Parts: sequence; structure tokens; C-alpha cells
Amino acid sequence: MPDALTAAYALRLGDDALILSHRLSEWVGHGPELEEDIALANTALDLLGQARLLLACAGAREGRGRDEDALAYGRDVLDFSNLLLVEQPNGDFAQTMVRQFLFDAYAVELWPRLSASRDEVLAGIAGKAAKEAAYHVEQSAAWVVRMGDGTEESHDRAQAGLDLLWPYAGEIFEADGVEAALAEEGIAVAPSGLRGPWRARVEAVLDEAGLAPPEGAGVRTGGRQGRHSEHLGHLLAEFQFMQRAYPGAEW
Amino acid sequence: MYTQGLNQAVEDGGPEDAELLARFQAKIDREEKIEPNDWMPEAYRQTLIRQISQHAHSEIVGMLPEGNWLTRAPNLRRKAILLAKVQDEGGHGLYLYAAAETLGISRAEMVDRLLEGRARYSSIFNYPTITWADIGAVGWLVDGAAIMNQIPLCRCSYGPYARAMIRICKEESFHQRQGYEAISRLAEGTAAQKRMAQDALDRWWWPSLMMFGPSDTDSPHTGRSMRWKIKRFTNDELRQKFVDAAVPQAHLIGLEPPDPELRYDEESGHWRFGEIDWSEFNEVLAGNGPCNRERMAARRKAHAEGAWVREAATAHALRKQARAAAAAE
Repeated sequence: MPDALTAAYALRLGDDALILSHRLSEWVGHGPELEEDIALANTALDLLGQARLLLACAGAREGRGRDEDALAYGRDVLDFSNLLLVEQPNGDFAQTMVRQFLFDAYAVELWPRLSASRDEVLAGIAGKAAKEAAYHVEQSAAWVVRMGDGTEESHDRAQAGLDLLWPYAGEIFEADGVEAALAEEGIAVAPSGLRGPWRARVEAVLDEAGLAPPEGAGVRTGGRQGRHSEHLGHLLAEFQFMQRAYPGAEW
Repeated sequence: MYTQGLNQAVEDGGPEDAELLARFQAKIDREEKIEPNDWMPEAYRQTLIRQISQHAHSEIVGMLPEGNWLTRAPNLRRKAILLAKVQDEGGHGLYLYAAAETLGISRAEMVDRLLEGRARYSSIFNYPTITWADIGAVGWLVDGAAIMNQIPLCRCSYGPYARAMIRICKEESFHQRQGYEAISRLAEGTAAQKRMAQDALDRWWWPSLMMFGPSDTDSPHTGRSMRWKIKRFTNDELRQKFVDAAVPQAHLIGLEPPDPELRYDEESGHWRFGEIDWSEFNEVLAGNGPCNRERMAARRKAHAEGAWVREAATAHALRKQARAAAAAE
């Protein structure tokens, strides 16, 4: 039976993973050190795995016959519901790692809670993702600290990344009718409840790194409703090129 | 992913203790492994450093042509497979650098030699991946050729290299199968997909054959490398094995290798192939392949842009150490 709310929720989480995975995959072969190249690919692969499961779940609940690829390759910007944070460009390694840390610090709170969802499929995906997120946050937090507490240059780059990306963090904790209704039923996790633990972890890491969130930064939002930054269209143009050029072909 | 010119060896460095040499050779003849702390002739050490580091560099540079399609893979399954594969190549590079380090050279020194153009990597990666079909062809043919070279290396006389190759070969064998599966899908697809598949075979066939290195008659160090059991088959033997495997695979999916002289020789059971254009091989080796400059530029750029990251990690580690030491006092 179609379940539009769960479909929308799974799609939001799936789009986050899909777009962030894509961004990380842009790094592969170009990382600052071989070990980091491998780690970036590995994280991208974990996120892609999460995205595939979540998009497949969304497609099934939607009940319109769309599979993971139809959803990934067949939608345009207005129908993507990822956070603006994850579509922001890689920039330098500092910007990439700050983006990753802000996201991981949320994911590591989200997935363990969602693994107790009354929806068994979502709970199963969340259980797997929770283990992965624990590694991801260890890696990204370690880099934020290394860069913040490294050289003057690395500190400045990390701070610049934080200044740039901080305004996108607030969106993580926004909820509309989708999350509210599903959280009520014990299916979704209400994002607002994650803000406290997220903030505590982020502050502890930034403190160790000697970094500080920018003062008076606004909040940039709209991704969940399909109001994206200019960057997403370019990302999709590249990501969807083959399916657009050869419609209907099997690969 | 690949080793080239297993026959390149340094010249003998001068007189070495005859008794040690005899004991070393006897050990190899008994099929025992040479380990890092064992005595070894300087030429053996230098040959292995060159060969293993060249192999490692090839894995790293090889991430570029395949990475070229990571952001454009045609579906999520293919994207996941390609990500995993490219990640594997990075992992192979890492093991191989570590294996070479047991011979007394640092990874930093090896990387410097690559970036300064003093060390080689497989020239196959100087060819472009123009269409998606190239990803299939690289897996099928390039990894396929690499496996032919690498399976015997699992029995190489140098222990750390042989052991690294066991895991690498397992992964390469998976890479080869995924590549063949990917190009098979194209070969049975639409007219546009078939065209893409045949075009990829046309471009990758001869460079893949060249991966085995010069013909045995032009391969001066083969004898010594065979005696040291670094090399167990000659270039031509391995090339023939590869052709015998790849031609029926191409025919099975309706593709034709671009060689009008290709024919099956009933008597020997081998596929006979035409003359390889070694002038092309030499041109690519000399730096004039389609992507030599791009590949090296990409590696140099990643290294240069990563410098501040590596410096930050070192600075932080030192500061942390100093703080721990101060706290202990």
C-alpha cells in the first residue's frame, strides 16, 4: 500500500546520502594523501550503499514503480530533497572535511535512534548506517582537530570552511509535516531532538580544534522543499548525463 | 593493477661475496622466500624496488582514468562497483609501497621519483577513457592482462611482494570479471551501446597486448629475473596466454578484436595475432601518449595541493606529543 509520508522521509535521507556520496567521489584519485584518498572513496561507498537502500525503500512506498535509478537519475532539482549542506562544493580538503563533520555529527545521532523505528525496513537500514556513521565521524572529527590545531594555514582554511558552511547546519534540525507525523507514529526521528547532542559534539570538537562558529551567521534552508543552491543543477548535469543521453538503455 | 617490463633490472653493482651469492641462489632454487632481513645481491634489491614501486605507481595513476567516470556512472550499481574498484586500486598501491619499503626505500622517496619523472608507471594509463564502455574494457582487458602478469608473482621469490600479490590478484580477478560483465551488457544492448563497446575494444586491444612488454628477443634481463624467480614466464608466453583467453571472450559477446591477422591455429591451439606496433609503445613510453601530461599533472597537483594537509597532520601530531610529554613531567 502506498505510503507517501514514509516515501518522502526515506527520499530525504536517501538524497542526503546520494548527493554527499557524489561529492566525495569527486575527490577520488586527487586526495592529499593515499590513505585519505582511500578513506574518501570508502566513505563515498558507504553513503552510496545507504542511498541505494533508502531510494529503493522510497520507491517501494511511493508505489509508482520507480526504482533506485529512476529516482536518482530521473528527477530534476525541484524534486531533490537533500540538505543544502551536502550539495555544497568540495572546495579544499578543509571545506570538504568540515562539511563531512557537520553532517556526520548529525548522522551519528540520527541512525541509532532510527534503528528503533517501528518501520522495519527503515530500522534495518538505520542499523547498518549507524555502524558506518560511527567510523565516519571519527575520521572527520579527527581531521577537523588536526587542521584546526595544525599549522596557521590549516587553521585558517578550516575556519574559512566553517564560516562558509555553518549557515547550512541549521537546516538539519528543521522539520515539516513529514517528520512530525512520522515521528508521532514512532517511524521517523524528530530532527529537532538531535540538535542538543549534535551541538554538544560539534562544540567539543571545535573547541579542541581551536575553531569557532561564525557570529551572526544566518540560516540557509530550503533543500527539503526542493529550493536548492545553484550547485545542485551542475552536479545533476554530470551525475545524470548517461541516463539522459541514452534514455531507457540498460547498463 | 599492472606491472610492465618485468625484465628491467639494474646492472650488476660490482663484486659480491661468491659464497653469499651461492647460498642466496640455492635458497631460491629450493623455492624458499627471501625475506627483508636476508642477504640479497644489490641488483636483486634494486630490481625489486624498481619493479614494485613501478607497480605501486601504476595502481595510483590507474585511479585517474577510471576515476574519470565515477561521477558519470550510468546507474547506482555501476557507480558502487566502480567506487569499490578504484578504492581497491588505492589499497593495492598502499600494500605495494609497503612491500617496497621493506627493501629500504621510503614511500616519500618513491613518490618523489614518480613526480619528478624518474620512475615509471604502466603506460596503459596514458590512454583516455572516452566513453563508459572504456570502463568495461579497462576491467576486462587491462585488468585481465595484469592478472596474467601477476598470478605468477604470487610465487615470486621475494616474500613481502609475493604475499601482497595474493590479495591483489584476488581483487584483480573480481575487477576483470566486472569489466567483462559491464562490456557484455553493452554488447547485448542498443546499437549505440554496441558501437561504444566495439570502439572501446578497438582502442584498448593493442595497448593491452603491449602491457606484457617487449618481445622476448628484445628483453635482455629476462634470464636473470627468471633465475631469481622474480619472473616465471617470458613476456611472449604471457601475451599469448592473454590473447588465447581474450579472443574467445570477445567473440562470445559478438565483438571483434581489431586485428585482421587474428586466426586460430588448430595445431598449436593458440590464437595467432598480427605484429605489434612497437613504435607506438615507445612513443607512449617516451611521454608522448594521449594522456601522459594530464596524468602526471593530476598527480603533481594532488600532491602539491595536499602539502598543507600533510603539514597540518604532522604539526598537530608533534604538538600533541609535546603536550603529552609536558603533562607527564
